[in-house]
Amino acid sequence: MSFWFWHGLRKGIQSTRYPARAENTPGVSPGRPVNTDFSTVEEAQLAAEICPTDAIVAHGKSTYVNPGKCVHCQLCLHSLQSPMNWETGYEWTRLPADGKEALPFPASFAKSMHIMVVDAGDCGACLHEVKQLNNPLYNMHRLGFFLTATPRTADLLLVVGPVSENMRGPLLKTWEAMPTTRKVMAVGGCAIAGGVFGKSFMCACGVSAVLPVDFEVPGNPPPPLAILHGLLVVAGRKSLNSPRPISEGRP
Amino acid sequence: MATHSSPIAGGNIAGLADLTGMIVERFGDQVAQLRAGANFILTLSVGQPSALPTLAQFLFWEHGCLFGGITAEEHSNHWQIHYTFLLPGSGWIDVEFSMALETKTLPSIVTEVHAADWHEREIEDLFGIHFENHPRLGDFVLHDQIWHEGIDPMRKTFSAERPQLERKVDLEWQPLLVVGDPGSFAMPVGPVYEGGIGESLHFLLETVGEDVIRAAPRLFYNYRAVEKIAEGRSIPDALLLAERFAATSAFAHSLAFCLAAERIAAVEAPPRAAALRVLLAELERLRHHAGAIAAICESTALAVAAAQASIIEEQLLRASCVFTDHRYLFGLNTPGGLNRDFELEQCKTLLATVDKAESDLRILERRLRLSSSFLDRLEDVGVVIGESARDLNLVGPIGRASAQHCDLRRACSYSGYGRLAFDVPCETEGDGYARLRILFAEATQSARLIHQVADTLEGGPVRVAYEVNHAGAALGWTEAPRGAALHWLRVDERGIVERYRAITPSFNNWLGFHVAAENFAFQDFPIILATFGLSATECDR
Ligand code: SF4
Repeated sequence: MSFWFWHGLRKGIQSTRYPARAENTPGVSPGRPVNTDFSTVEEAQLAAEICPTDAIVAHGKSTYVNPGKCVHCQLCLHSLQSPMNWETGYEWTRLPADGKEALPFPASFAKSMHIMVVDAGDCGACLHEVKQLNNPLYNMHRLGFFLTATPRTADLLLVVGPVSENMRGPLLKTWEAMPTTRKVMAVGGCAIAGGVFGKSFMCACGVSAVLPVDFEVPGNPPPPLAILHGLLVVAGRKSLNSPRPISEGRP
Repeated sequence: MATHSSPIAGGNIAGLADLTGMIVERFGDQVAQLRAGANFILTLSVGQPSALPTLAQFLFWEHGCLFGGITAEEHSNHWQIHYTFLLPGSGWIDVEFSMALETKTLPSIVTEVHAADWHEREIEDLFGIHFENHPRLGDFVLHDQIWHEGIDPMRKTFSAERPQLERKVDLEWQPLLVVGDPGSFAMPVGPVYEGGIGESLHFLLETVGEDVIRAAPRLFYNYRAVEKIAEGRSIPDALLLAERFAATSAFAHSLAFCLAAERIAAVEAPPRAAALRVLLAELERLRHHAGAIAAICESTALAVAAAQASIIEEQLLRASCVFTDHRYLFGLNTPGGLNRDFELEQCKTLLATVDKAESDLRILERRLRLSSSFLDRLEDVGVVIGESARDLNLVGPIGRASAQHCDLRRACSYSGYGRLAFDVPCETEGDGYARLRILFAEATQSARLIHQVADTLEGGPVRVAYEVNHAGAALGWTEAPRGAALHWLRVDERGIVERYRAITPSFNNWLGFHVAAENFAFQDFPIILATFGLSATECDR
């Protein structure tokens, strides 16, 4: 059995250098569509029309993307004559669209933050990407992020999924059991705006319909580094994503 | 009984002529009509409901058919209930029964086909059809603490948009406890996990102290009413749902949905698309299995092995992202083929990662075989013997670890699997270790399939025009990473979805979980759970 120890050591350090350095290995992020200026009004119109979730809004020759609504169907990348511009990064964490100014935790949290993860009707992708943060390639422990054993000692509530009716109760109970200094982070398009599930008798159309949300990580699903960026923002160690000023599809 | 003069009499499909003959002999008048169709190799219209249990018993036990599931459809003036069976090597059989909308009772077939249990519970909870003699109806999808009975959300009169604010909830509701020994108690686990990351799911571990006597899962915390909200959407919009209700097997489900949609319009994806679909589906399986192996290692606290398996999984996620622009293969399938084509160069890069993953998995397996303390924790743990697996119709890797050979890629080929060479590994022990071996063996086969497809990839388009201009219904199926996935789709003449039903392997196999989780030590619980590797969200939909 001791051979595992050697095999472990022999692999060397595998973890990403992010956030000290940018991580650019291909495949760590699928990227996402961004605001695009087309050469004709028609092209902009076509881009807006192809989007199944109305995440793209055309305004003259320009299009604006609401990343919270994008479900990453790739239609505006592969099915248009003139595709949308696609950015390759992952530092996407933003404040909720309701304009509330959430502040990150004070500096005392910078070195250690305890996280409670709740799956509120998620399809498995976002949760799986959160799980990846535990694997040696991302290893969130090295940055002082830990999963807690109880909501009583949790600093951050990380919610994935659109909030299914059957999970509304458990989600609220978890939130209520946390200290009031808590922050809430909605991870993924479904947790932000309901994703493909929208609003129905069974879905709340996002976490903000149930709880006050402080930070949002868009993506369908956001890749592990995007979630890690979110954690760093909450801990006050990274700054928010600031897209071109006219965002949110509201020119 | 009226027999159609359709091709079944010729019996070009193995075993079918025999079966038809036997049904005619045994059931005579009870089966009103027997016909072959585009969807099913055989459709049996049953005249009297009393014939359903005996017919089900005959097909499942005497004729060795596999149970697909039950689908209820509400038409303008009648119910249509489909009992789907698979005649392995031949195709799907539909036992169909229609009754007036006012009639809301059916005989249960649970005594005959145990695997129908949850299908009947689901239909009762969502449609309000009562199944006579079913041992336990009521609280299932709609949890009784927060929903009252009689809501029946799948009925056409129920509007999915309107929030159900006034609920007469059952505050007295108590979970059903079976163990009654003095001093016994139940330990709740979930749906929110402390100190870990898990899908929403609740267990009551009934125990008298050291050992757990029984562990019953309570599911549907993630129920998003996908089948309901798909109604009224166009096919491409409903596809978004099919792809995104269970993302860890997104490609398999979107493929099954597209195959159903294509069958309705009598369109077939071009050969290049069919081949690429196999490649992508196997890539998903390989990645899924690497993840499942990592979870098993983690459940036994073998940290280095877990880390190495999860690195393999992440490498495959990255390779998927480089190849398709999405780590979970979203946005590729479309009715009529694929949304995009791939370059040869891209395929080569992918193959290199697949080879690396496959050889890393082999090395990992060899090392695990030498780790006796690891094997001790898996062997004889969570055993499902062959008879139980058959009785509960377990599918996928779990079924194959308990001597159930069925693999839809073989048993009922689709997307060109019939022309490819691969093995369907099978084990008989039915314990945690057998399930782990199956995962490793299948991962190797997936890599083999990916290579075969890449080597023989033809040129040509990846998509044909797709349009629906007539009403219709069809079944699409795939062998998803966790087992058989069946998608039933009915659209009207404008291509608007009237009924969508997704029968998933997790739904199927969670029913059998309690067999594996009987009389075990507390510390084995995570291991049993991990070797089953089921998804709650795939079950809940
Ligand atoms: S990728 Fe996002 S923005 Fe583009 S069409 Fe799809 S949902 Fe809309």
